[in-house]
Amino acid sequence: MNKAATLQETTCYHCGEPCLSGEIEAHDKSFCCEGCKNVYSLLNSNDLCSYYELDENPGRTIAVGLERKRFDYLTDQDVQHKLIDFKSEKTASVTFFIPNIHCTSCVWLLENLQKLDEGILQGTVNFLKRTLTLLYNPSTTDLRNIVELLTTIGYEPDLKLDKLNSAKPSSIQRGLWLKLGVAGFSFGNIMLFSFPEYLNMSEADSVETFKIFFGALNIALALPVLIYSSSDYLKSAWAAISQKGINLDVPITIGILALFGRSLYEILSGTGAGYFDSFTGFIFFLLIGKVVQKKTFDRLSFDRDYKSYIPISVMRLINGGEESVPVSKLEIGDRIIIRNQELIPVDSVLESEMALIDYSFITGESVPVKATKGSPVFAGGKIAGQYAEMLVTKKVEQSYLTSLWENESFSDAHSEKKITGFADRISPYFTYTVLVIAVLSCIIWLQIDPSKAFTIFTAVLIVACPCALALSTPFTLGSSVNILSMNGLYIRNTDIVEGLSKVDTIVFDKTGTITESEQALLRFKGKDLSKDELDLVKSVCRASIHPLSKKIFSHLASHQLVELTSYQEIPGKGITARRNGQTLVLGSRGFVIEQSLLQPESLPKKDSIGSQVHIVINDEYKGFFEFQNQPREGIAELIHRFKKTYRTYLLSGDNEKEGQKFAGLFGGWTNMYFDQSPQQKLSFIENLTSQGNHVVMVGDGLNDAGALQKSNFGIALSDDMSSFSPACDAILDGNELKNLDQFIQFGKVSMNIILASFGLSLLYNLTGLGFAVTGHLSPLVAAIIMPLSSISVMVFTSLATRIKAKKMGLRIWV
Amino acid sequence: MGVIFFLIVFSLFVALVFLGAFFWAVKSGQFDDSYTPSVRMLFDDKKSSHNNKTLTNKRDA
Repeated sequence: MNKAATLQETTCYHCGEPCLSGEIEAHDKSFCCEGCKNVYSLLNSNDLCSYYELDENPGRTIAVGLERKRFDYLTDQDVQHKLIDFKSEKTASVTFFIPNIHCTSCVWLLENLQKLDEGILQGTVNFLKRTLTLLYNPSTTDLRNIVELLTTIGYEPDLKLDKLNSAKPSSIQRGLWLKLGVAGFSFGNIMLFSFPEYLNMSEADSVETFKIFFGALNIALALPVLIYSSSDYLKSAWAAISQKGINLDVPITIGILALFGRSLYEILSGTGAGYFDSFTGFIFFLLIGKVVQKKTFDRLSFDRDYKSYIPISVMRLINGGEESVPVSKLEIGDRIIIRNQELIPVDSVLESEMALIDYSFITGESVPVKATKGSPVFAGGKIAGQYAEMLVTKKVEQSYLTSLWENESFSDAHSEKKITGFADRISPYFTYTVLVIAVLSCIIWLQIDPSKAFTIFTAVLIVACPCALALSTPFTLGSSVNILSMNGLYIRNTDIVEGLSKVDTIVFDKTGTITESEQALLRFKGKDLSKDELDLVKSVCRASIHPLSKKIFSHLASHQLVELTSYQEIPGKGITARRNGQTLVLGSRGFVIEQSLLQPESLPKKDSIGSQVHIVINDEYKGFFEFQNQPREGIAELIHRFKKTYRTYLLSGDNEKEGQKFAGLFGGWTNMYFDQSPQQKLSFIENLTSQGNHVVMVGDGLNDAGALQKSNFGIALSDDMSSFSPACDAILDGNELKNLDQFIQFGKVSMNIILASFGLSLLYNLTGLGFAVTGHLSPLVAAIIMPLSSISVMVFTSLATRIKAKKMGLRIWV
Repeated sequence: MGVIFFLIVFSLFVALVFLGAFFWAVKSGQFDDSYTPSVRMLFDDKKSSHNNKTLTNKRDA
């Protein structure tokens, strides 16, 4: 520790973090902790050091000690059965979600696990989904060994309750690709076979057999497109009609059937070549639109509920020993042990003298709460600092966190939000108009030339088919969702962008949303401390695991570490330490008074709400460090801009004391609500929406989850994309909150672009109708108009969204 | 001209083979993950060299 001066520059070879608590030298490299060193040694001895060549400092710090017993529950047959994808005598396959996968080295190491465990046969990483699929030999290794190995090298899989309960998701995407493939295949070939028709060759050659041959081939190729590729549209239209509604798939289906029926009739009766090229091309383009629409953010999870947060297993004390049990098997009265950074799975009563509990998952408030022996602690809290023993008082299904979700209004909120897109809303009018035009022109032609009436009727139905119309929405929204994701707003799916654009009311949560929960502002108030004294404070804080000490420690980064002669920490209260005749007492107000025999009057009265850490050196009161939640950068300007056009509200679970800071921002107290329970937040939003307001809710904690669900567009703020966020419509990068007004504006622009492209496609439809009602719709005209309209709509929407985004100053390239 | 029938049927057959290849590719999961393979191709394949090394190491020992 005397090498303090050099410590600042040394970073860990494994994880790249500064070696704060004294470096460990091994293999000519420096490591920040035993964990990192062990990982390096393990990889080194197995010749896996390419891990360090692919990326610099690829590891994640292994700060938490390993508790091998933790994985005992993986030997449980029930648990195994739920985790393993398939199992035979020689091979078994299992898929883990590993949040730590973050770079090339991760992929490389995880796909070379067979060098560390002979039983592992093959590993395949999906980088975007952050999953690892392992094939292993169950007779040489087992699930527990594998999970332990992964944890040892810093890739602990995320094994959570809901994964165990839910069925494995099936891939819808593959079916879509196959349908697209079939449609593309038929489209291309039918186009080739239709060339003679386009060039009027068949007439010149008058080879009758060709016509029959090509006709038969075209029918054979078009049939799978109708039956397989377009099946989604037919089913959807049928479902809509049987519920006496009309969605956009209804006019599409009319077009599909008219195209197919007319073509079939023409070929079989020998009156023409049919429109099979247009038909298959039409389906092909529609399916491309669908692929664009289906784009999702695999690595983000938008519909998590409480089960995603509760761990699978917990350590139970039994007959003086510890055993690992699945949380679902916990009984009332069990004694459990929760260690530093672990989540409390069920409501319990604290058995240890004292524990610090971080309820930020539930409330968004990052400063830990102190609980004393006998006081109730709630599921969802995270233990900070010393481990805690507790007595289970409720089963997992009845805990506070769980009951929050079981609550009626919450389960209500869980039901799918009904989204009717603009396209679906206009489709009834569109459909009826088309039918009327078709019937009218049929009647008129019956007067002029009855033999052509049927041809005209079908021609109208064919050309009015809203292919371009159906494409404009997915393409516009697809590219705006892409652009927004490049700028830090990840939207669940394309259908709900419209919800963002219609907003007139914006509601913010306070803690963690408007204020940054992690980066509390740290200030020292009192007498100036000498450099020597600050060195001492830093050294004392280093040894403590209390979150506030950690913050002071990193605040004093430029100071040196000194050796202490004695050190004693009373968890949750404070620390006393000695060095060369200097005595330092650091901690809460009460602790400092008690330890240093100072008169309470000599300490300043507590006048603000932030947490304070007081410092006494040699029985002289020096002052205190104060922590205050800092408003996020740019938030004041954002709210100021919002106020001009929208109603803005603040909903906070905290008390009013901190409100003064925001009163100016929100235009007085009337728009701010404090001491709100999750239930009250939910009702507040419900009230706003029932008054016809279109509400955007921005929140971050589980306590906002209900409100996020009830709002028209719920945005969950997250500073770490791969980690926690409640169920929501979109996830917003915390650093990008200041641009939220831009994003909403862009949502509106996108809707305008859709309108413009609707206009464009209607223009094509009208042109086509002109050909159709006058009886000039030849297969050639149809074959030109249909793809032309589809492609021009695709190009127009993609370009327009990007040009608009660029003008608004949004990033349009990664 | 009769050969054109044969050619067309044959070309369709070839096209069907490609469609089949596409089906195989989709079903074997090649369209499921479009990103990781781009990372994977950067790795040096040291698998065999590792085995040789450990063997020689053991012999040395």
